Amino acid sequence: MAEEILRVEDLTKIYPGGVLANYNINFSVNQGEIHALVGENGAGKSTLMKMLFGIEEITSGKVFLHGKEVHFGSSKDAIAHGIGMVHQHMMLAPSLTVAENLVLGIEKKKGLFLDKKKAIEETEAISKKYNLHVDAGKRVRDISIGMKQKLEILKTMYRGARIIILDEPTAVLAPQETEELFEQLLNLKKEGYTILFISHKLHEVKYLCDRLTVLKDGRSIQTCEVADVTPEEISRLMVGRDVKLEYDKAKKEFGERILRVEHLNYTDKFGSRKVNDLSFSLREGEVLGIAGIEGNGQKEAVEILTGNRKAESGSVIYKGENLCEKSIAENRASGISHVPEDRHLDGSAPEMSVRDNLIAASLGRLSKKAILDTAAIEEYCASCVRDFKVKTASLDISIKSLSGGNIQKAIVAREFTAGADVIVLNQPTRGVDVGAMEFIHKKILEMREEKKSLILVSADLAELKALSDRIIVFHQGRIAGVLSDVPIVTEEELGLYMLGLKHDPEEILKEA
Amino acid sequence: MNFLTNLDFWFTTLRCTTPVLFATMAALIASRSGMLNLGLEGAMTIAALCGVLGSGFTGSLLAGALCGLLAGTAFTMLLAYFVQHLKANRVVSGVALNLAASGGSVFCLYSITGDKNASNSLASAAFPAFEIPVLKEIPGIGDIISGHNCLTYVAFIVTILIFIVLNKTAFGIHIRAVGESEEAARSVGINVEKTRYQAMLLSGLLASLGGMYLSMGYINRFTAGMVAGRGYIALATNAMAAGNALMGMVSSILYGFGSGISIYLQNNNVDPYLITMIPYVSIIVFYVLFSFYYKVKQQGEDSLS
Amino acid sequence: MNKKKRFDWYGVIRVTASILISLVIAAIIIFAVADDPATALHKFLLGPFSTKRNFFNVIETMIPLVFCGLAINVMHKSGLFSMVADSSFYFAGVVAASLAIACPMPNIAHQLVILAAATAVGGVIGVIPVLIKKKTGANELVISLMMNYIFFNFGYWLIRNCFLDASNGSFSINFAPTASLGKLLKGTNTHFGLFIMAAAVIFMWILMDKSKFGRALQITGANENFARYAGIRIGGVVLGSQLIGGMLAGLGGGVEMIGMYKKFQWITAQTYVWDGILINLLAGTKPLMIPVSAFFISYIRIGALVMSRGGDVDSEIVSIIQGIMIMLIASERFLYRLKKNKEEKEALQNQAAEAVEA
Repeated sequence: MAEEILRVEDLTKIYPGGVLANYNINFSVNQGEIHALVGENGAGKSTLMKMLFGIEEITSGKVFLHGKEVHFGSSKDAIAHGIGMVHQHMMLAPSLTVAENLVLGIEKKKGLFLDKKKAIEETEAISKKYNLHVDAGKRVRDISIGMKQKLEILKTMYRGARIIILDEPTAVLAPQETEELFEQLLNLKKEGYTILFISHKLHEVKYLCDRLTVLKDGRSIQTCEVADVTPEEISRLMVGRDVKLEYDKAKKEFGERILRVEHLNYTDKFGSRKVNDLSFSLREGEVLGIAGIEGNGQKEAVEILTGNRKAESGSVIYKGENLCEKSIAENRASGISHVPEDRHLDGSAPEMSVRDNLIAASLGRLSKKAILDTAAIEEYCASCVRDFKVKTASLDISIKSLSGGNIQKAIVAREFTAGADVIVLNQPTRGVDVGAMEFIHKKILEMREEKKSLILVSADLAELKALSDRIIVFHQGRIAGVLSDVPIVTEEELGLYMLGLKHDPEEILKEA
Repeated sequence: MNFLTNLDFWFTTLRCTTPVLFATMAALIASRSGMLNLGLEGAMTIAALCGVLGSGFTGSLLAGALCGLLAGTAFTMLLAYFVQHLKANRVVSGVALNLAASGGSVFCLYSITGDKNASNSLASAAFPAFEIPVLKEIPGIGDIISGHNCLTYVAFIVTILIFIVLNKTAFGIHIRAVGESEEAARSVGINVEKTRYQAMLLSGLLASLGGMYLSMGYINRFTAGMVAGRGYIALATNAMAAGNALMGMVSSILYGFGSGISIYLQNNNVDPYLITMIPYVSIIVFYVLFSFYYKVKQQGEDSLS
Repeated sequence: MNKKKRFDWYGVIRVTASILISLVIAAIIIFAVADDPATALHKFLLGPFSTKRNFFNVIETMIPLVFCGLAINVMHKSGLFSMVADSSFYFAGVVAASLAIACPMPNIAHQLVILAAATAVGGVIGVIPVLIKKKTGANELVISLMMNYIFFNFGYWLIRNCFLDASNGSFSINFAPTASLGKLLKGTNTHFGLFIMAAAVIFMWILMDKSKFGRALQITGANENFARYAGIRIGGVVLGSQLIGGMLAGLGGGVEMIGMYKKFQWITAQTYVWDGILINLLAGTKPLMIPVSAFFISYIRIGALVMSRGGDVDSEIVSIIQGIMIMLIASERFLYRLKKNKEEKEALQNQAAEAVEA
């Protein structure tokens, strides 16, 4: 008989600055189950868990543990109630050893001094008991990510957690490490632990979890048994469009390859090869969709293309020049525009006005000699706001007070009106309301009508299918598949390429 | 160059190192907890003044010392409160408090003694100097190490204590955790704000000792501007220490060395203003070289991985 | 969409509250210390209006304060916290004095050359910390603070070594009579530097609010990642801000030296640049407001001086007032409640509106 262990009622979180992260969330978790929390990036999963773990203050709503209402003023309270959390970004002190991190906050002491010997003993004991191997004496900055994660899990168990929250644990793991992790989680389930598994990787959820709850735009949509739903159904709930995305796209003959990526390579600072001998090209007037599970190199590839990242080797040829040798300003001047993935980090300056955010990439164009042309600026901003339906009380307020959808529309306005011939978009409708999303889609197709070429990186397969003329799928830093007849492509097929289960032969990949 | 063999020179070096060593340790413990204590200059100034006022009016060294400690520490805790609770910009508020302290100390001095420049009218007590019984007999080393003001010995002992505390005690480990990963500390239930207040408390105490050494250790009075930027120099020496108390000792001694040279030159009829520059120049040079070394090392590590 | 500019009520309330609180605290201190507090307070608040000379002292002191406020404004807009303007100001004064003594020239030409040299020197000094930071990663605050001590000592040594007035022992010998900025009004020391100051304010207003560079600088200071992504050349913008700031401080030093003095008298470091931090904050970092806040700071400075002539309250009380004001304005949480409630309400309203639409 399923017994409820945790329940939340109408949980709401508003961050200072007015950002609404969670709104009236309702769901419950049963004892001894692995319960998944799914949703797109920005749907509010992390915030919800932070409230459950006492890290974030609840704005309104209730939390019930074993049927009794609880209030967590800090994570200490949550820990005392048996809740433990393994965060997406490791919460470890780099210069301290594994043992010191494990016992942090509840160290056994010898007088004034930390009992280091005891700490190491206890670390080795608990590591053995749960079969999660860690090197007790090593400094955390010197161990692998997989070991860091095991340490995080051991930390929760050392503190007596019976409910363990895992926030996107596989985002940083290699496939073998992921397999190991799943084995250990199933073990823990057998021992009676309850696990909350946050993820947007549906195949993992299908494999590991008993029930799932879908979050979208900060709200809880539905809770159901994993066995009762297909990944497509879950995906639909996450993205939530009942109406299938179908736009009138004029059939086109495509021009020549105006942009060629040739043998691109990039290794990140952790040593993983993110972009691996990548080659593809963009045809004039097309929308090229890029599909792929997050972390397979799409982000790095397009950032190299727009000049935001330096490639290790390889080239990007556009208008007879190699973009890899150019600065961002030069790239933009050549005619490349970029709607970035993170509108808060580098897509906008949140504290500055809407106006300043709109003109930031066109300061040269909107000035006469060195002085800003106020009339031109006002005209430009007015047309951006009008043509892109940006809902804002005035041009002077900080852009952060706008809703996510309107901020994104402003960014899109800026990039679409910069006079570029190639527009690169990375997750343009993530965390954006339905109306804004449809609007942005229409604008993308308008650009296509005007013979602009677009590259669209998206985790939303429906979006890719509706907009793209061709789709290339990234897997481990290179192209796994090229799909030129988009209308007949299914999401299952895309999924197979994305997971590396299907791979096109060389002749087809050469034509990418 | 014969000053390098002059024992007096090395004695002077250690003497000049003392206040900066205190300030560096104050900066170190604050920065390891994640707080940038820019108010060191002000804390030292206030402690120097209040120590003299306290002992001048009561005639007791202990009372003076307590006054100085209290004043400098309260000052530092005020900065900590503004930064942690009122979310003030830590650089701006440190600078603001230093300005208030430098002007405020002159104001107090004038209001209490009627003299704007120095506390000559007050007979302040002083911390005593000590001879170390066995060591002082050793030729060479004995003359350098023995005979210092007791605060000098305290400074070096404190440095070693801080090194031990940060590496071997739970308290020190908590401070480091809070400084390196605030979220990690919070997630295991460590009270981050409280730990930072504790670190700043220690920082204030140490800065106060440094300030009092200036006005009650070697010289027996408070002079306006006597801290002369040592609170800021400590930021450079702390940066060079890279979190390690023993390295902080080395960088402070480097400052003492530069200071010693300038004093030696003073006795040889070089213009005082030119000489005053020397410690600052040497600190800048060392700091820049160190930063460059550190930057190159980082790049090397990044490219290897 | 509302076309009218939204007035920054929140900012004005905070600044006003900080000023009032610090003045109240000052009043309390005066009452504690003065033999005749009422008179002291009266002198402090109205002293500048008591004589023509006192009032114009306010104007004269305002001039270097405006230059330094403008320097800090442009230098800190970049996001860097360099205090090197202090070195720029002082050493430019040294250079100005040297040229005033050693290079006699015809009227007008002499002043122009002196001010040009002062500006150039100030600018060169201004960029040193940021260049060092670029090459070595060293922190600009630490570098600039050390430089301030170095340039003060070196600068004063230069004067002592080359131009010392032996009979006096501290000051330099006299400037050539052409090295002066005249007198605007009889009976006061107010000089034509006032017009140069006004020109500097207008220049900064145009630069920061109306020019491409100013906008790029503000965006860089607000979010460097965004500025880089938008194609703004961050290195050049930041370097430019330090150069211009240094030049403003240098010009200020030169103007002050030949405007107010007949010989070099800066035997201690000058503090105008440190006041500049507060002046910039009080002005809401708007160049046009800087003369206003500089006037205010100058006013309370002179007021404190007048009060201190009475003998019992030292003029340094101004530092305490300034410290309190800066602390309050720099504290985000000061009066934050007002803003927070409004923001939360707005967000919920937004959400409701969007839910209705969807």
